[in-house]
Amino acid sequence: MIQVFAFYLFATLVVAAGGLCILSRNPVHSVLWLIFAFFNAAGLMLLCGAEFIAMLLIIVYVGAVSVLFLFVVMMLDIDFAEMRAGFVKYLPAGLLLVVALGAEILIAGSAWRAGGLALSQRTAPTPEEVPNIEALGTLLYTRYLFIFEGAGLVLLVAMIGAIVLTHRIRGGVRQQNIMRQNMRRPQDAIRNVDQPVGQGVEL
Amino acid sequence: MGAALLLTLPELILSLTSLALLMVAAYAGDRSVRMVSILSVAALVAAAFAALLPPTGYGIAFGGLYRADAFSAFAKLLIYVAAGVSIVIAPAFFHRAPGQGGTLRAEYPILILLSTIGTGMMVSAGDMLTLYVGLELQSLASYVLASFMRRDLRSAESGLKYFVLGALASGILLYGISLVYGFTGTTQYDGIAVAFREGLSTGQLFGLVFVFAGLAFKIAAVPFHMWTPDVYEGAPTPVTAFFATAQKVGAVALLLRVAVEAMGSASDAWMQIVIFSALASTILGGVAAIGQSNIKRLLAYSSINNVGFALFGLVPGDANGVSSVLTYLAVYIVMTLGSFLCILRMRDAEGRPVEEISALSGLSRLRPGLAAALAIFMFSLAGIPPLFGFWPKFLVFDALVAIGMWPLAMVGIATSVIGAYYYLKIVKTMYFDEPATPFGASPDRVEGGLIAVGALIVSPLGYLLIGPLGAYSLAAARALFPG
Repeated sequence: MIQVFAFYLFATLVVAAGGLCILSRNPVHSVLWLIFAFFNAAGLMLLCGAEFIAMLLIIVYVGAVSVLFLFVVMMLDIDFAEMRAGFVKYLPAGLLLVVALGAEILIAGSAWRAGGLALSQRTAPTPEEVPNIEALGTLLYTRYLFIFEGAGLVLLVAMIGAIVLTHRIRGGVRQQNIMRQNMRRPQDAIRNVDQPVGQGVEL
Repeated sequence: MGAALLLTLPELILSLTSLALLMVAAYAGDRSVRMVSILSVAALVAAAFAALLPPTGYGIAFGGLYRADAFSAFAKLLIYVAAGVSIVIAPAFFHRAPGQGGTLRAEYPILILLSTIGTGMMVSAGDMLTLYVGLELQSLASYVLASFMRRDLRSAESGLKYFVLGALASGILLYGISLVYGFTGTTQYDGIAVAFREGLSTGQLFGLVFVFAGLAFKIAAVPFHMWTPDVYEGAPTPVTAFFATAQKVGAVALLLRVAVEAMGSASDAWMQIVIFSALASTILGGVAAIGQSNIKRLLAYSSINNVGFALFGLVPGDANGVSSVLTYLAVYIVMTLGSFLCILRMRDAEGRPVEEISALSGLSRLRPGLAAALAIFMFSLAGIPPLFGFWPKFLVFDALVAIGMWPLAMVGIATSVIGAYYYLKIVKTMYFDEPATPFGASPDRVEGGLIAVGALIVSPLGYLLIGPLGAYSLAAARALFPG
């Protein structure tokens, strides 16, 4: 009973958040609705028994991707009013897209009713008794260890590359020197002046 | 697990060294580049020993994902030698190249090491997953290396072009791998071989074609060669040398292993692809190079041409053919590294690199030693008999004739004659044209020594190497054909 309740709660919220993500006028709000949708999708995944994907959704999508979106949206100076102009001009293309997506949904629906798609020869069956995080972890750190570490090196190369190609030492940057700040005494910085009236100020 | 890790010792040594050196480079900055370079070369030497003399013997690790055999050891030896040379020759080049601030950044040897790890993973792969991760590691480091001189417009262009086209090729390859996986149910080479034995379904055939297309891009075979001239011309010369040797060996070895081990039972299907690609590469590599005026572009077309000849060796699909390809690769990297070392010596009075072929005019009178060395490499690349470059071409065509494909061998020999034209044109420019502006002095003794060693190997003295080289490459090729 509680599962059914949780399912309808999460499912409704995912759909609602998805709709609000598209409909909201402020792009920052859109990203926040997107994050909300991800959280609820993670809940749905938990109900399916796919804890690992639920965690990935939170960690990768919410933690990295959406926050990146948020930064990009906040940093870009986009004139959204201008982007909304030309609605009529792009309407036919948009309608075409709607028709294509609608047809895809119909086809996918009928294909789903026809029965699941199974690999002809599955090399590794899904384990029954271990939770799937444990099963994945066991494989990743034993059989696939070599490739897992290789993928780590790929990410390292990406990071080195980004730094090598973009980092440069710029002149004229005023860096904060905390040591000097702390060494500074009030008598170096403050001057008490007995200012006579009507003679102007010397700066 | 411990035994499996020991089998991957070459990769382990290189990974740990590159991680440690990355720390050194991060804290000590570019001043440490000399030490980082020396330690990188030392790590490559250690890895070469680990690959040649594995402490636990050859074997299969991680349930078939990784293979250490005579084939991977042979390919890795060539790759590590080429990577070591491209590290050694780099400081002098970057020291003089304009807009570099006079120093090489310490990340260069580290990126070469990381790319070499990826290449090593590729040649040791026993599974499409290892293949793909290795390929990505190699490619990603290459994109960065190609645009390493980021203030140089051509270098940036070369990096960007390589990245865009490389990503496309990766996508094609991955699509092929996913089709093969979907229609055979496994990514392991031996599993694929078993599935292909019962005849190819349409889906499997599509997968095979896409996999070969992706790999053809990586070895720069026609019709997936168009990135090569631009990338080779724009990238810094030591990096170009690395692309043309270490990576080429890795990619060709990978192609050999996939073709023989994974898809050997479908050799009828890929034979047409390989024959077409080999013919097209030799013809295009020969004809298109004639009009080039930039020597790096010319060597790019030369590498396309040479890959075509190497592919001819795969056509028979037996141990003899594969061993001729391996011999070809070994001699090819010596000739190519030698040519690039000679190009590195082409500098004007201020030390800026010169890449025009016309600048070589009359070099024989100004710098007889350099002219003689370059002439030896050019004659050898053209495959003219007294030099060692003739021998691998002979072996390849011999393997073709042995299975009765002599028409193909004849076409190959004809294209080899076309190719000889532009190699000999360089020799003619050096020996019979009026002297141009002399090059600046190049005091680097290491470069000179390497050129001398290279010239000695491809000179007729190299024929002394035929015995050990032939035996070793045959042993390596046999590793691909169990039983």
